[in-house]
Amino acid sequence: MSQPRDGPRLLFEHSSTFMTDISAVEFRNVSYRLLDGRDILHDLNIDVRRGEILVLLGRSGSGKTTALKLVNRLLEASGGNLLIEGRDSREWDIIQLRRHIGYAIQDVGLFPHYTVARNIALVPSIEKWPAARSDSRVQELLQLVGLKEDIGPRYPHQLSGGQRQRVGVARALAADPPILLMDEPFGALDPLTRSDLQREFLSLQKQLGKTVLFVTHDLHEALLLGSRIALLEDGRLVSIGSPKEFLQSQNALVQKYVQAFGAADQVRGGM
Amino acid sequence: MNFWNFVVENKGEIAQLTFEHLWIVAISTALAIVIGIPLGILITRKPALHNPVLVTANIIQTIPSLALFGFLLPAPWIGERAGRLAILALTLYSLLPLIRNTYTGIRGVDRAVLEAARGMGLTDWQLLYKVELPLAASVVLAGIRTAVVISVGLATIAAAIGAGGLGELIFRGLAMVNNAVILAGAVPAALMALIADALLGFLERRFTPQRS
Repeated sequence: MSQPRDGPRLLFEHSSTFMTDISAVEFRNVSYRLLDGRDILHDLNIDVRRGEILVLLGRSGSGKTTALKLVNRLLEASGGNLLIEGRDSREWDIIQLRRHIGYAIQDVGLFPHYTVARNIALVPSIEKWPAARSDSRVQELLQLVGLKEDIGPRYPHQLSGGQRQRVGVARALAADPPILLMDEPFGALDPLTRSDLQREFLSLQKQLGKTVLFVTHDLHEALLLGSRIALLEDGRLVSIGSPKEFLQSQNALVQKYVQAFGAADQVRGGM
Repeated sequence: MNFWNFVVENKGEIAQLTFEHLWIVAISTALAIVIGIPLGILITRKPALHNPVLVTANIIQTIPSLALFGFLLPAPWIGERAGRLAILALTLYSLLPLIRNTYTGIRGVDRAVLEAARGMGLTDWQLLYKVELPLAASVVLAGIRTAVVISVGLATIAAAIGAGGLGELIFRGLAMVNNAVILAGAVPAALMALIADALLGFLERRFTPQRS
């Protein structure tokens, strides 16, 4: 429990990127196979650098969510190695690993029987932070994700979709984990709220310097948020590079993806 | 002899039998909770046990109560006292609603909530007592409510083997062909069932989680 780095941290402690030579998350020949023998991921190699937003882009069934869940070991890889901060994920204590990695998902998954404040303070409370420290952390986080402090005593069912998602992000950030996993966190929101949250998230990430793995099927979101975009198809990595490289790629699948979204843009533009 | 006169003249005995009745129901419900809830949790964790456990509880439920009292009579220690026998039988009958509702309640917890909780590093134990049990509480309470209402009724039959309770008045009234005596047992038993039902129903609503 009391390894020095797993203890309570200050908000900005991780923004200085120490040990820059070690990547935050590294997939080395990772594969994942279902019990019935179907392969979901083949020989995946991705190197997530500290402080970047790496977007895992792909259509449904491409394996992007599976790849994400291997990182916090909600799923266990069938082959290869996954290094978290240079250390094999299997060597980590699974509970410590998960508390070291923030997790936000599309359905948010707030506890319906907890107030907003208790939801956000979940990890601090199971890590036994003193109440005063946990309370001030909650206030700090509410402000950080653009919510008013008076929302703390309310329950999740009293919030709008956008507010719930902000609370979900605050909860993921509560114990100041250096790595964040986000699985289509803005996917269920209306376009205006989504665009607000995307912009705010981008500036939040610049401020905090977290390493983020972000799953989406939306190319616009990927181009807006990603430091780099990894395109997955049928459990294989098709291409990885900056948004600019992605748009200029000669790869047929990447071009198909870009065209599909470009066409969508034209339809919208023509209306 | 009319009902009210009988009640007034025998209020001491009726109170005594009501208390016995309540005691049998309370102890058997408490035992069923202590056994049934862990079994319900167990079968959410070990799917292979789900069918064997529920089928067994189901079969017990189908045994006619008088026959069950008879089957249990030769059991050592239990069979020595009618009260013990009645408590065991009622416990067995109460198991099914408790096991089934605990299972259903836990399985009904929103998958996103569970995924988020596990992803944030809750241990299995924390997941159970911070998330699954509180969110299943209203469904478990509904199971307790069913069990109590069934038990209050069944406990009247326990008088047939000499376990006491309000069933004594009912059987006595039947033997005497005296409706007033039957009612003196039946009315308090019915009131007990109604009050327990209302109280547990109130608790059940209080523990129902708000859905967004």
